[in-house]
Amino acid sequence: MGEAQSTEHRTQNTDKSRTEEKKPVATRDAYGKALLELGEKRPDVVVLDADLSGSTKTIGFAKKFPDRFFNMGIAEQDMIGTAAGLALTGKVPFASTFAVFETGRAWDQIRLTVCYSNTNVKLVATHSGITVGEDGASHQALEDIALMRALPNMTVIVPADAAETESVINTIVDQKGPVYVRLGRAKVPCVMPDDYKFTPGKAFVFHIGKDVNIVAAGITVDMARKAAEILSEEGIDAGVVNMSTIKPLDEETLLTAAQSSGLIVTAEEHSVIGGLGGAVCEFLAENYPVPVKRIGTQDSFGCSGSPAELLKLHGITAENIVETIKEALKK
Amino acid sequence: MTVMTKGKITDVQELKNVAKKIRINILHMLTQAGSGHTGGSLSAADVAVAIYFSKMSFNPDNPKWENRDRFILSKGHAAPLLYAIMAEAGYFPMETINNLRKVESPLQGHPCCKHIPGIEVSTGSLGQGLSVANGMALGLRLDNNPAKVYCIMGDGETQEGQIWEAAMTSAHYKIDNLCAVVDNNELQIDGPVEEVMGIQPIHDKWEAFGWHVISIDGHDMEEILKALDEAESVKGKPTVIIANTTKGKGVSFFEDKVEYHGVAPSQEEFDKAVKEIRNG
Repeated sequence: MGEAQSTEHRTQNTDKSRTEEKKPVATRDAYGKALLELGEKRPDVVVLDADLSGSTKTIGFAKKFPDRFFNMGIAEQDMIGTAAGLALTGKVPFASTFAVFETGRAWDQIRLTVCYSNTNVKLVATHSGITVGEDGASHQALEDIALMRALPNMTVIVPADAAETESVINTIVDQKGPVYVRLGRAKVPCVMPDDYKFTPGKAFVFHIGKDVNIVAAGITVDMARKAAEILSEEGIDAGVVNMSTIKPLDEETLLTAAQSSGLIVTAEEHSVIGGLGGAVCEFLAENYPVPVKRIGTQDSFGCSGSPAELLKLHGITAENIVETIKEALKK
Repeated sequence: MTVMTKGKITDVQELKNVAKKIRINILHMLTQAGSGHTGGSLSAADVAVAIYFSKMSFNPDNPKWENRDRFILSKGHAAPLLYAIMAEAGYFPMETINNLRKVESPLQGHPCCKHIPGIEVSTGSLGQGLSVANGMALGLRLDNNPAKVYCIMGDGETQEGQIWEAAMTSAHYKIDNLCAVVDNNELQIDGPVEEVMGIQPIHDKWEAFGWHVISIDGHDMEEILKALDEAESVKGKPTVIIANTTKGKGVSFFEDKVEYHGVAPSQEEFDKAVKEIRNG
């Protein structure tokens, strides 16, 4: 586990210019880089892939540490079982493929040999959500958070950018038990401050707003920040919370946000059913009922198109976050 | 490190006696529970007894001993067989077997590693054990650990696609510290395997997947021991033993009866069965 961090809400050390100077990087590229570094430091780390190592970026590890890399072919179920077996001999396996195959194709294997058996397997899936783009609905996982979140013993993490991804990978290597990390294909802006360090179960608070708080994860964190800026110009105080750990949810931060604004908007590149929006609603309904608006795919599959077009089509944009909030505040 | 393992049994007659005791305890557990899988627990009993008591090194007082040989019951519904063996080996007190399938008992309907140290991985959803066995074998090989991995599957279980994914993996990675067993009792819940979904020619299939295949009478203790020795000597490829068995073996009125796949004996049947096994 990483060093202990304060349980108080961390706020952004505003050095916006520096953050915005950085070029967008895909979280999968950050994963590949983190694995390479871990490979040097940690002889117990092994990596499995299902014929997508060039896309998931495990290929760097594969080339540098061929004895500790297992290409399982197009066989996700076998990959998960094999990863569980490796974990049972003390290895720390990272098993990667596209999110739709990792969580859907091998769900029962994850349930039985990873979660029920509580094995130390790290499931790091790439190509989640609609920003997969042109490949279309068959390849766009919009249900994976729901599938993983329902499993006992599972931790679910959705990093917002490259830096957070690296921090997540370096943290979970020491966290015993099953972890699911959801990464993307597309390049994403760097949003997290330079001194940020991921702590499992701890949300990062950019700002707690008095009128509304936007709870986001993954690529929507950047959109939430843009939306908050636009709203600020119109005199609306919108807060932004990066809820990178979706399970276990940072209930304390969520409660603070709900108490402060009395209105919550969730934004995710996932179905509004069972994902971040679902998790937030479950907690608030039982503990502090306030109105919630959920932005995400609305019980639908994706389709082919460019990532930007698809995000617009599904209303996963800063503009739609702004509109949704204005509409909700009218009532 | 002090290695504490149960003395291995090499005497065939002694192994046969252990197998009788295991069969009686399986039936006792099932009768007490009032439900569970009779036929497939009895069919795999001789092979499992031979693996545990003549081949494997393990230490019930230190179930996580890193040089232990590993056993995975991929056909998890034969849990009573695994529990009877583990009780006999000393993993938990013998009286625990009275609590099969009872609420909060460690003896869950299907094997659960959380409840019993010494069970390597939870099973029950079929087709998954061989993949886990491969992973363990690969992990042991990375560590230059000489321990072996054993995995028993059902014949009906090989209808699961994942078995053949795993079979490819074992051969591809030349996993030779693994010995798989197919308990070929030719019956599954809905009827004869060949009627439900044919798997023959099973010997040729495994061979075509790159395995060393040994077909034996799965109730002949001498043949079983010979096959297990052969499996250990084969290098560069995985070995599978096709154990041709009889479902319900050891009790005449359970043998080859598909209706006893998932039905426990009545008290009356139990009393009769014990007499048969003792005299057998």
